[in-house]
Amino acid sequence: MGFFNLLAKPGPKMSWGLGLCLFLLALIAYVAVAESRHRENPDDKVVPTFAKMVDGFYSVAFEKDRNEEYRLWVDTWASFKRVGIAALFLIFAVLLGLHMGLFPYWESLFLKFMLFFDKVPALALLPILFIAFGLGETSKIALITIGVFPTITLDTYLRAKNIAGEQIMKGLTLGATHAEIAYRIVLPQILPDVLDTIRLNFKAMILFLIAAEAVSSDVGLGYRIFLVRRYLAMDIIIPYVIWISLLAFLADAGLRWFIQKKFRWRMQGAG
Amino acid sequence: MSSDFILEFHDVYKSYDDLSGTKLVLNDIDLQVRKGEFITLLGPSGCGKSTMLRLILGSEKPSKGTVMIDGLPAEGPSRDRGIVYQKYSLFPHLTVLDNVIFGLDLEQFSQFSRYLQPAKYRRERKKHQERGAAMLERMGLGHALYKYPHQLSGGMRQRVAIAQAMIMEPKILLMDEPFGALDDNSRTDMQLFILEQWERTHMTVFFVTHDLVEALFLGSRLLVLSQYYTTAKDHNEGSKIVTDREVPGGFPKPTSFKNSPHLKELLNEVRRSGLDPEFARHITEFDLSHRDAMRTVTPEEWGNGQKEQ
Repeated sequence: MGFFNLLAKPGPKMSWGLGLCLFLLALIAYVAVAESRHRENPDDKVVPTFAKMVDGFYSVAFEKDRNEEYRLWVDTWASFKRVGIAALFLIFAVLLGLHMGLFPYWESLFLKFMLFFDKVPALALLPILFIAFGLGETSKIALITIGVFPTITLDTYLRAKNIAGEQIMKGLTLGATHAEIAYRIVLPQILPDVLDTIRLNFKAMILFLIAAEAVSSDVGLGYRIFLVRRYLAMDIIIPYVIWISLLAFLADAGLRWFIQKKFRWRMQGAG
Repeated sequence: MSSDFILEFHDVYKSYDDLSGTKLVLNDIDLQVRKGEFITLLGPSGCGKSTMLRLILGSEKPSKGTVMIDGLPAEGPSRDRGIVYQKYSLFPHLTVLDNVIFGLDLEQFSQFSRYLQPAKYRRERKKHQERGAAMLERMGLGHALYKYPHQLSGGMRQRVAIAQAMIMEPKILLMDEPFGALDDNSRTDMQLFILEQWERTHMTVFFVTHDLVEALFLGSRLLVLSQYYTTAKDHNEGSKIVTDREVPGGFPKPTSFKNSPHLKELLNEVRRSGLDPEFARHITEFDLSHRDAMRTVTPEEWGNGQKEQ
């Protein structure tokens, strides 16, 4: 076996096989535990069998509830809106970072504040947000935004600052205004990296989403799993968790695909 | 106000503040350059070659004295001075053609007018593309119009960078060791390339290099900037122009110049003029034989109280 061979070259079949290995193992372990628990107690709720989970998932996704709604889709849409609106606010984080990285006055004004703001644990702000903005959508979107805003700003700031001075001089000698240098030379160059950072922060955004929904909400993916927890409804919780992870994974893959497609110029040795 | 000279330095000093105090880099530089001249600037490392270039570019201001472009004091970098760096001259996110026409586009359309007059923008952009493509074609880059910089070799990139600067028809083309990162073969190719471009356009070029042969082969006029010199004063700080001369052998030179017997003599002579710390010349012995050479010196430097103009 080549597990301690630095130069090993597993073939494609081997790679896929190994990649799926742990998924399978987890699955088998789960089934084994579920089976043994159900042998002792057919009504066990803690480790539902697959059949129960499929039933649970089917009932939330394809059967109307008391309010004549398909719960899963309503929850998904509500959560998606919250994350989506927060993501739109990140445009301002990128622009702020860009300006801070290029214009010294912006840097002087914002940098210290952002560095401090970045250290404030966003979850600790949650009660303040609920008191200030009430229990509605505003405070949830605000939490998600505030949670990742400074990170995105500071990341953009560093990337803009790292652009070679030659590029800026070059732009000036070609007659570019300072704004054109920011928006036509620097921003397009750092954009793929900034999008990568946003991609890596999806996880944090979902974390803040679920925290906000768990505390106060009447709809949403996070709200639902914390609600049904009271009834030990693992047959709902587990499919929801898998569903959330899958959505996040797909969003991540989609953005990664977009970056690769859209920014073909981004290869090593550019410049 | 117009002037015979496209570029002038009058009593220019440049110093920087660092931890140990103020350090003088350029000490009383005077220079007059006529239109169409191909200046090569040589100097030992740390002599302030690039500082001098930045003063012309306008990205830095002299501590004392004035730098004039076409009779007017040099203001911050602008489109009347083009520049080619050793690296980072091209925009990595634009294709070769877009890199070259970037300046033309900017000239006609502001950030927003592109979107307000889309039809006009498309029409003008088409014209720019044709002009850029024709220029690249002439430079032997017709096959690379839609490639990105990272897909090109070092030499090709520098060609594109030269095209990008030249299409703006700057008053002066500044070049900061543009071929320094290339291997010998592509370097020779590029030297011939830049001379061809000069023959076609007779542009004024200010070419900074640390390669002696390159400086002698390319330039019509050679400047040596050096911190190795002596004056009547005990202590000297900052570089002066120690050589300002026509390069013998005509201009532009044939490639055979690189193998000619008197090149070696010439090399030694230039080396002894101040490139080597062992051959520091006295201020009264500088080779300022070019017809446009001029300088001012202080009586303390000169020694016996006379002042040469």
